[in-house]
Amino acid sequence: MPGLEDLYREIILDHYRNPRNRGELESPPALRAEGFNPLCGDEVVIYLAMDGGVIADLKVSGQGCSISQSSASMMSTAVKGKTLAQARSTIKAFRAMMSLHGQSLDGQGDGAAGSAGAGTTGPDDDERSGVEVAAAEGVALGDLEALQGVVKFPVRIKCATLSWHTLAQALDQADKDAANQV
Amino acid sequence: MAVSNFGPALDVARTKKDFPILERTVHGKRLVYLDSASSAQKPWPVLEAMQRYYETTHANVHRGVYQIAQEATNLYEGSRAKVAAFIGAASADEIIFTKNATEAINLVAYSWGRANLGPSDAMVTTEIEHHANFVPWLQLRAEKGTELRFVRLGRDGALDLDDLDQLLDGAKLLAVTAASNVLGTLPPVRLLADAAHAAGALVLVDGAQYVPHLPTDVQEMGADFVAFTGHKMLGPTGIGALWARRDLLEAMPAFLTGGEMIRDVRFDGFSTNDVPWKFEAGTPPIAEAVGLGAAVDYLRGLGMNAVRAHEQALTSYAMAALSERYGDDITIDGPPPGAARAGIVSFAYRDVHAHDLSQVLDQAGVCVRAGHHCAKPLMRRLGVTATARASFSVYNDEADVDVLVDAIGEADALFG
Repeated sequence: MPGLEDLYREIILDHYRNPRNRGELESPPALRAEGFNPLCGDEVVIYLAMDGGVIADLKVSGQGCSISQSSASMMSTAVKGKTLAQARSTIKAFRAMMSLHGQSLDGQGDGAAGSAGAGTTGPDDDERSGVEVAAAEGVALGDLEALQGVVKFPVRIKCATLSWHTLAQALDQADKDAANQV
Repeated sequence: MAVSNFGPALDVARTKKDFPILERTVHGKRLVYLDSASSAQKPWPVLEAMQRYYETTHANVHRGVYQIAQEATNLYEGSRAKVAAFIGAASADEIIFTKNATEAINLVAYSWGRANLGPSDAMVTTEIEHHANFVPWLQLRAEKGTELRFVRLGRDGALDLDDLDQLLDGAKLLAVTAASNVLGTLPPVRLLADAAHAAGALVLVDGAQYVPHLPTDVQEMGADFVAFTGHKMLGPTGIGALWARRDLLEAMPAFLTGGEMIRDVRFDGFSTNDVPWKFEAGTPPIAEAVGLGAAVDYLRGLGMNAVRAHEQALTSYAMAALSERYGDDITIDGPPPGAARAGIVSFAYRDVHAHDLSQVLDQAGVCVRAGHHCAKPLMRRLGVTATARASFSVYNDEADVDVLVDAIGEADALFG
């Protein structure tokens, strides 16, 4: 039986107590995407400042539990300074880590507005682990691996994935903007 | 407490034994179920009534001429009569079985609302409503252009009634909860109903958190419509009820249409059945109605005055115990100690998020709700996104509260 220590790893609590990249960016020019978890009321807002296909800056605001807030903080450090493609690869690896036996447990009633994530990061039939996907995609999960224990508490998976769905939504917007500029 | 005036006090040790789920453990701990405002547990008599029905009596209702079809119909209609008596309805015909309280309110919004409200009309609801008594009116506003006004949240979880007369001026409907599922507030329904009627408005009462816990007389309430649900009153899921005055039901157009609700169907149209069947299209939840009838019998057996006295005492005990142990580290929303409240205590512990607190409590076997409680407008008004909520029923005792109080402090190890 999983214990609370599997869920609340020290590094998660550290990101919760000291969230990285917390704040807002002026939007526009920054892209802004909102995500809601309709089950619990958690909300996250992500601001992205793009510079030639690179995430030059990223800020996170919103309210939520330790899992949703720490996941958002770790996400911000993982993708800041990365290209859109790298960010998508990280999303893909994270989603693989958050799925059990290749089956996404968070597929229903997705919290992020719109269909963020589903169409951009591929189907959830990937049976590889998050680490395997990360290796194949050439990205590192780093601190994010601490969130692996969340899978043992299926109800909390949505908490961990909220900011990632929201990021995917923001990346879609970044893609559209880039396409419009061509 | 003047329990003796109303009958014997509730024997909680005996009552607990009637609920088989309370014998199980979670994480090696005794199950302490404090989420009855979300859904209550079921006693043996309810489970047995449904099992017995399927084993001995099941057939469709209002159709067959054979023996068991007649028996099934008798059981189904018998439950309607039990529910009617339980809430003081003038007649069993005024009870419409629905899927839940949400469907009961939607029935009124779709049938009465769409027939009677237009862009020059107004509806009034309150800031403390559950989404079930909020979203149907938002939807109606979006469709019909009907104005929607809100009675504001005042101090100590009470409604601010200072501008009630202005809000009701020209309104055709007041939709209000009888017991807040977040704050435990018990709005003065009779006073509100009288004011609404004086202004020419009808009154819909969301009784989901009231009917299961307090003696209810819909006529005393002064309501025109009362919605409630079975699964919060020790009955099964999948069945709820709308009570409405017969004259209103007769004038209202059908809501869901199909079998059962018709008198005649021709190529050029149809005519509707009498109330209440006019509003019960399709095969109804028969076993669930039987279960609800058994739940009503069970609650009547306990005595609703005794139920209320027990839950009120337990709620006061919980509020005192939380404050005594944690002082300023605990924030309890809603009416202050001593003021009337339903058996609901929403609280925050330090700055630990409700989700995290609930996770910690789960390890101690304690089930509490964590989140927005389907009342996001109220949460916005309170300035929070989530609270933890303990709610009480007939099977909870002071030992349950003690486990909760002890377990809250466990959060310090992680979030201290």
